[in-house]
Amino acid sequence: MLTRRVPIAALLAFGVAFPLVFTNPAVTTDAIYTLIFVAWAAAWNTFSGYSGYISLGHAVFFGSGAYFTGIATRDWGLTGSEVFWLLPLAGLLGGVIAIPFGIFALRVRRHTFVVITIAVFFIFQLTAYNLAITGGTSGLLAPTINFVTATYNNPFYYVAFCIAVGTVVISWLIRRSRFGLQLRAIRDDEDRARGLGVRAMRVKLGAFVFSAVPVAMVGGLWWYFTTLVDPSSGFDPLFDVAVALMAFLGGLGTVSGPVLGALVIEPAYLYFQQHVASTYLFWMLYGALFLVVILALPRGIIPTAAEHIGNWRDRRRSDDAGTAHQPVESSAGDTAKESA
Amino acid sequence: MSSLLRTEAVSKAYGGVQALSGATIEVEHGAIAGLIGPNGSGKTTLFNVITGYARADSGQVFLDGKAITNAPPERVFGLGIGRTFQLTRIFPSMTVLENMLIAGQHKERSRNPLARAGGAAARRYAMDLLGYVGIASHAAALAQTLSYGQRKLLELAYVLVADPEILLLDEPAGGVNPSLINIIASKIRELNAAGKTFLIVEHNMDFVMGLCDPIMVLDYGTVIASGPPELVRNNPKVLDAYLGTGDDEPEESRAGI
Repeated sequence: MLTRRVPIAALLAFGVAFPLVFTNPAVTTDAIYTLIFVAWAAAWNTFSGYSGYISLGHAVFFGSGAYFTGIATRDWGLTGSEVFWLLPLAGLLGGVIAIPFGIFALRVRRHTFVVITIAVFFIFQLTAYNLAITGGTSGLLAPTINFVTATYNNPFYYVAFCIAVGTVVISWLIRRSRFGLQLRAIRDDEDRARGLGVRAMRVKLGAFVFSAVPVAMVGGLWWYFTTLVDPSSGFDPLFDVAVALMAFLGGLGTVSGPVLGALVIEPAYLYFQQHVASTYLFWMLYGALFLVVILALPRGIIPTAAEHIGNWRDRRRSDDAGTAHQPVESSAGDTAKESA
Repeated sequence: MSSLLRTEAVSKAYGGVQALSGATIEVEHGAIAGLIGPNGSGKTTLFNVITGYARADSGQVFLDGKAITNAPPERVFGLGIGRTFQLTRIFPSMTVLENMLIAGQHKERSRNPLARAGGAAARRYAMDLLGYVGIASHAAALAQTLSYGQRKLLELAYVLVADPEILLLDEPAGGVNPSLINIIASKIRELNAAGKTFLIVEHNMDFVMGLCDPIMVLDYGTVIASGPPELVRNNPKVLDAYLGTGDDEPEESRAGI
C-alpha cells in the first residue's frame, strides 16, 4: 500500500505545482489538453474497459457538453470564470443524454454495439450541422475572456485537473466496489453473471451514464478554452479512436492504464502538430502505433509491466529460498498489480 | 403435492428441431433428482428454459407453486434457483475470490454504490466455501489458471455462496477424473443432508444411479420414464431410447445402463 501511495502523492503534487513551475503558456496549453484526455480516457475506461462494451460514441457527450456550455454562455450572457459553473450542468446533461442512448445501444453486444454508438454519434454531428441554435457549420464562438495574460491558462488548468483527478478517483472506487465487480463479471460472461443475479442492464447503463458525465464536462471546458466549437471539431470521430488507443496502450480495464495512455499519446500528438506540421504524418504513425499496441502489447503497458515485475520478484524470492518457481504465487501478484 | 420445482408440458423448438415437446418434470423438496437421456434429448434445453436462458414456446414452470415461466435469468436466480453449466462458466479474468464475491453480490445490502465489494464476513464465508471444495489455496489466482476440475469445483462453490433453494447441475461429473467425481458426489450428499434440493443432468450412469432418486428420462423432448433408479434402469422404454434403433449415439448405452 505504502509503495503505491508515495508515487500517487508525488504525481498529485507535481500536477498541482505544474503551472507554477512551467509558466510558458505553450506548455500549460498542452497540459490542459492532456488533462482533458486523462479525464475522458478514465471515464471511458470505467464503462468500456470494465464492462467490455467498446463505445466509439463518447464524442456525443463531449460535443453536447461543448455546445451546451456555448449556448448557455451566449444566451445567459456569462463572462469570465462564471462560465466554469456551467460545467456541472454540462455533465448532468451528458448523463441525461446517456440514458436513452444507453437504453437503445446496450440491448446489443460486441460489434453491433460499437456500430450503434458510431451511428448515434453521426446523428448528433449532423444535428449540430443543421440546427440554428448550434450555429450550423460556423459553430459557436466564446466571448473574449479578460483573464490576466500571464496566468491566463491557470484557471483552465486547475478546472481540468480537478475533473481529471475526480474522475480517476471515482473510477478507482468503482473498480473495487460491488458495482465494479459486476461490470467486470459482465465483461467476462454477461449471461453467466445474470444467472448469479447481476441485473446486467441496470449495471451497464449505470456505468454508461457515469462515463458520460466527465466527458461532457471536459467538452464544455474545451469549448471555453479553444473559444470555438463547430460540428466537425466538437463531434470528432478521431477523439474516440484516440481515447480507445490511450486505454489500450496503457491497459484496458485497469485504473492507471488509460491515464498513462493519455499522458503519453496526447503530448505526442501535440508535439507533432506543432513541430512536424503535417498532422497527416501523425495519423499514419497513430495507425502504426495502434497496430503495434494490439500485436505486441495486447493487454497494455500496465498489466504487462506488472506481470514482468511480478515474475522478477518471484524469481528473486525463489532464488533466495532455493525452491522452484511457484505459479500460484506469481498469478496472485499479477492480480494485485492489475488492479493498480 | 408440494413439489419445489415443476415444469408442465414445456415445449421449445429451435428452427425445425423440436428440442422439447411437452416435458413435464417434478422435483420434491429435499430430493436429489436426476435427469438423463440420450444426447440431444433436450436436457440442457429444459435447464435453459427453467433458468430463463431460453424462452418456452408453450408450457409452464413453477417454483414452489408460483409460475416463473420465461422470467429472465437474474430474476430466476433471485427466486432461488442456482445453476451450473455443462461447460463450466466462470469469470476467467477475475480472481477465484472475486468469482466468489460476484456469486454473493446479491446479498450485499450497502446503499453506497462505491462501497468496497465484499465485507470481511463475505470474504470469510467465501474462503470457507473454497476450503470446503478444496481450492482455497488458489483464492488469489486468476480463475483462468485453474484446471478443468478445479473450475467445476469453483462453479459449485460459487453457486453455493449464492445459497439458492434448488441447484441445477449440468453434468457436474463430465470430464472430471474419478477421484474428483467421488468428491463432488459426497459434497452433493452432504449439502442435501443439510436441506438443499438438487436436479442433476449427467451422462455418467454410475454417478446418477448412485446419487439420484428419482430419475427422470428424457427422449425427444418428452419424459418417457421416471422413478427410483432400479425401476428406470430396467424400463424397456428407457433401454430402447438408449439402445434402440434411433439416431442416438450407441456409445451412450455402453457407457452405463
